[in-house]
Amino acid sequence: MTRSELVERIAAKMPNLKLKDIDHIVDVVFDKLTMALAAGDRVEIRGFGAFSVRTRNPRIAINPKNKKQVEVPSKHIVHFKTGKELHMRLNA
Amino acid sequence: MKTITRVSITEAIYEEIGLSRKDSGDVLDLIIEEIKSELAGGNDVKISSFGTFALRKKNARIGRNPKTGVEAQITPRTVISFKPSQILRKAVNGTK
Repeated sequence: MTRSELVERIAAKMPNLKLKDIDHIVDVVFDKLTMALAAGDRVEIRGFGAFSVRTRNPRIAINPKNKKQVEVPSKHIVHFKTGKELHMRLNA
Repeated sequence: MKTITRVSITEAIYEEIGLSRKDSGDVLDLIIEEIKSELAGGNDVKISSFGTFALRKKNARIGRNPKTGVEAQITPRTVISFKPSQILRKAVNGTK
């Protein structure tokens, strides 16, 4: 399922709202998640899962092509942990 | 670091869209449920500009309880691997 399919399916279940309103709502939802994570906050959605930001230490990597060492700076990555209810549904 | 829950997301919908708080919460629940049932049905979910939730099958393996050292069978399972989009990856690294 893609973002646009998600919008269409929600629209089918909410006939009182226009497709472009649903599209806007979906934008607001994922913008809110992105902004929270960009601020370093954790986002927990009960029954679905939790997003958190983890820090990767800087490290020295080797370019496999020319064997040269390159410094890889510290970076932040987004981690998703599946919620209990969703995990159980996936493995039912 | 604070933790954001569905309440703050509902509030964002309420403020931005002008739906009632009740409707904002309901539409958020619908979105979450739609994503969950798609994953439970065995399909990946791709939200452009945010990221992809991909399903991965894990085989059974022998694990060990780190506390007691007792070996135990880990059953085969399906897990979600979330791959953030380029936009999200840049956002968390402070470069827009």
